[in-house]
Amino acid sequence: MSADLRSKAAIAGVGLYGLGEAPGETHLEIMARAVNSALDEAGLSLRDVDGLFTSNMNNLLAGVSVAEYLGIVPKFTDATNFGGSAFVAFLQSATMAIASGMCDVALICYGSNQRTASGKLVSPVEPQPYEAPYGPRNPISAYALATARHMYQYGTTREQLAEVAVSMREWAKLNPDAFKRDPLSVEEVLNARMIADPLSVLDCCLVTDGGGAVVLVSPERAKSLPKTPVYMRGVGVAHTHKSIMEMPDLTVSPAAISGPRAFAMAGVGPQDIDIVELYDAFTINPILFMEDLGFCEKGKGGTFFSEGHSRPGGRLPVNTNGGGLSCAHPGMYGIFTIIEAVQQLRGEAGARQVRDCGIALVHGNGGTLASQATAILALER
Amino acid sequence: MNEKSLPNGPDALYQHYLSEGRLMIQKCDACGRHGFAPRVLCKYCGSGRLNWVAPSGRGHIYSATVMRRKPEAGGDYLYALVELEEGVRLISTVVGTAPHEVAIGSPVISQIERSDNGPRIVFKMAGGAQ
Repeated sequence: MSADLRSKAAIAGVGLYGLGEAPGETHLEIMARAVNSALDEAGLSLRDVDGLFTSNMNNLLAGVSVAEYLGIVPKFTDATNFGGSAFVAFLQSATMAIASGMCDVALICYGSNQRTASGKLVSPVEPQPYEAPYGPRNPISAYALATARHMYQYGTTREQLAEVAVSMREWAKLNPDAFKRDPLSVEEVLNARMIADPLSVLDCCLVTDGGGAVVLVSPERAKSLPKTPVYMRGVGVAHTHKSIMEMPDLTVSPAAISGPRAFAMAGVGPQDIDIVELYDAFTINPILFMEDLGFCEKGKGGTFFSEGHSRPGGRLPVNTNGGGLSCAHPGMYGIFTIIEAVQQLRGEAGARQVRDCGIALVHGNGGTLASQATAILALER
Repeated sequence: MNEKSLPNGPDALYQHYLSEGRLMIQKCDACGRHGFAPRVLCKYCGSGRLNWVAPSGRGHIYSATVMRRKPEAGGDYLYALVELEEGVRLISTVVGTAPHEVAIGSPVISQIERSDNGPRIVFKMAGGAQ
């Protein structure tokens, strides 16, 4: 019964490092600095870590490489590469490991230097025989197909997609760690250079460096540690395809499965959520996810953003750090949804603090809308 | 054709048919559905009873995007997801029509295009004078 995992783990520490540009540092170095930060605020050290949850696009055997770099021999390791949703998905396996007693201190961590190393999104190279002959650009071609279909089926407009980007920028303006903070208008997005219609360069997430880490322990242990515990109330993971060609319905992502799984475990619904932190790889993602997670009707995601509900002061803040579109996007974004949610819940978000924030939904996306992971984090157990 | 010369794996068989100028897709004997990309087991019911059939070649544009590219590199081109009548979708492109003029929902018909890179399935707009 999935409800058995409800609140069986709590987040005791989070850390960020190198958001934006971290020149001269490797992806493992960036990751390790975030790890140090997270363990430090949790009042723990690497010697305490016995569960490792990590993934990246640099190491083929990511779990093994990261454990070696950190100098740990974990009792439990999960290095499943779901793409960017991996880190939210790790909340599931980390909670299972802690709840079953397989490990006591779970460390979720990630780091990337893609911006200063190559300036481009680092993607694994594997043969795509049914796509390659047609000249795709990964992953934007796939997201453009999903966006175009959503526009065709539901009348979503480029203006609404632009409103998503503008909303993210409004939050980034309040976040000193955000990479892009200058004002952004709908007109600018509409006039930006097109890459794959209907997506322009401003419909795409940033390419930055950055690292993050999250430390989970049992709820009892969390209460004895320095920071206010954030409970892992519910989590759900789902993947329905790898290639956009085999996505059952281009307008419905597997968030429509992971979301209900997470809500069921948590025992709450969309109406109970105070803030949403989700993986905005492209402007279509927040529209799809707000629909699939049940915050608005299918097809009405564009309206949700154009009516301003997600912005500072709106009734349902989305991506309070500026998201992948304006804050940071070091290749795999999932871990940053967790870290931002935790900082908001703890009241540590400074100028971008959302008042009366008790329950957050975090959502990660992987591949071409392929793998989705949703988690509910709360101050109340 | 000599049966013994057919490749073993579905992936290779698909390419083999393509090299002979034929678009062939799999149909499951157990559940009746057509599937793509080629597989060993039906993605809908799990049965191994997959046979190769020639689809009608008719379909429609399920979605499409114009990939922007500089004129000197070849200019803009269409990257499309076509849904065949049989219910399978494949990535492809449209020939004979400018990329910005291909609308989602348009009926299309398949043809084999041969080039130095090997054969591939492409589509042309259907309906009206051929």
